Amino acid sequence: MIKNPYLKEKIAFTLLFGATVLVVLPVIFVLFYIVKQGWPAINWEFLTQMPQKGMRAGGIFPAIIGTLYLVLGTLLFALPLGVLSGVYLTEYARDNGLTRLVKLAIINLAGVPSVVYGLFGLGIFVVFLKFGASILAGSLTLAIMVLPIIITTTREALDSVPQSFRQVSLSLGVSKWQTIRHVVLPHAMPGILTGMILAVSRAAGETAPILFTVAAFYLPRLPKSVFDQVMALPYHLYVISTQVPHVKLEIRYGTALVLLIIVLSLNLVAIIVRAQFRKKKKW
Amino acid sequence: MVDSCIKITIVDLSASYGAVCALKSLSLDVREGEILSVIGPSNSGKTTFLRCLNRFNDTNPHFSHRGMVTINGIDIYGNIDVEMLRKKVGMVFALPTVLPMSVWENAAYGLRRHGIRDERMIALSVENSLRAAYLWDEVKDRLEAAALNLSGGQQQRLCLARTLAVEPDIILYDEPCSGLDPISTAKIEEAMIHFKDKYTQILVTNNTKQAARVGNRTAFFLMGQMVELDATNKIFTSPSDQRTEDYISGRFG
Repeated sequence: MIKNPYLKEKIAFTLLFGATVLVVLPVIFVLFYIVKQGWPAINWEFLTQMPQKGMRAGGIFPAIIGTLYLVLGTLLFALPLGVLSGVYLTEYARDNGLTRLVKLAIINLAGVPSVVYGLFGLGIFVVFLKFGASILAGSLTLAIMVLPIIITTTREALDSVPQSFRQVSLSLGVSKWQTIRHVVLPHAMPGILTGMILAVSRAAGETAPILFTVAAFYLPRLPKSVFDQVMALPYHLYVISTQVPHVKLEIRYGTALVLLIIVLSLNLVAIIVRAQFRKKKKW
Repeated sequence: MVDSCIKITIVDLSASYGAVCALKSLSLDVREGEILSVIGPSNSGKTTFLRCLNRFNDTNPHFSHRGMVTINGIDIYGNIDVEMLRKKVGMVFALPTVLPMSVWENAAYGLRRHGIRDERMIALSVENSLRAAYLWDEVKDRLEAAALNLSGGQQQRLCLARTLAVEPDIILYDEPCSGLDPISTAKIEEAMIHFKDKYTQILVTNNTKQAARVGNRTAFFLMGQMVELDATNKIFTSPSDQRTEDYISGRFG
């Protein structure tokens, strides 16, 4: 038995610190490696030109645009739907067996493999609703995939609003919706935006859901409507890494780097908006 | 009392949460403009009683009640606008709960939500409410500061001002001074006494001395039943029930 409390403290500290370092180190290594390998490929031409010579040269412009469209389309469908149903489930739904079942189902949906969503999107949107392989079908598929994330984070954010705030507002004769609109939602907004950040990262990075629903193998032009196919960065990365021989390493890593930067900067926007909301709140 | 006009009538009111009975066949009248103190140990049904008057128990899905509560002759458990009822029957909670906004916006919150847009009217009402709650002088220079930076006693007076701003007829206090220092307590009691005649007030308190200081009449609750209701000085000098005397003299509770 170790009797010395100072020694115990040291052991605990070392364990906790060590675990954190073990988590952080691989992330730093991956980031460093991608930046190092991909940076030489990044230039104005790479970002703004169509791919050439069977994607072995030229740029990745259509894939960048495609990914941006898909992320925006996904948020357009998933954000309002997810937040509204999250509000309903937390604030309005009666706490009975059915509600609990629905909540459990939503949490479990977050764990469904993304390729299953891809297959579902193919069946429903591409074939049954006859959208074809299109931005619309891809966005809807990605939206269904990120809905559980948005609903779950919205519910957690709403649950973290003290019950007493609601009580005070109701006691003044303020209606339930007004209470939600003016007290609960502003207070929960940073948490809801966190859910949005997670959803954006997920939607921008996934390959499997867009594989059958929107992503084009090689399409060196920009889409004209939401019923067009587009190239997308994650699928493009998969293609040039495994399907096309003799692609220069720096182009592969350059593509990965661009995808990372897009996801990180979309996150950054959401983080800034979140900070603005926190500032407005008078604690 | 000169004016013994009846404001609230409660007839045979019983209330329960699921299988737990919190209030057993309570009947009493509250007169217009009086302060009714309600004392009793915890679990005696005081808060349940209070929350029956603005239908705040409705938010609990397990709540059920029997009997009748009328305010100004209107059955409040009948077909009425609950939001209007709660506007007219204000409530001050045990813990000071300010909203995460500025002092000003806290006081203006109810007005804005009730659709008042005229900033001059809001300004007038906010200032009057803050003055009536004896808070104006302390906060007039920091109306834009976060309400959570105020001290506990100031926060509770801000809660009172917020309730006053929506112009209630009746104010319910649920142990409003349980967490406050003596000076803040004195200020709230002073405000209550000042409001006499203007509002009908019901004060639930664990502090028997406070009940004695501010109440015109005092009711003693025990285990969901009202044991005794009488003029405050009668209750505190010569109660007719032995249990009341035991509680007041500190033998239990």
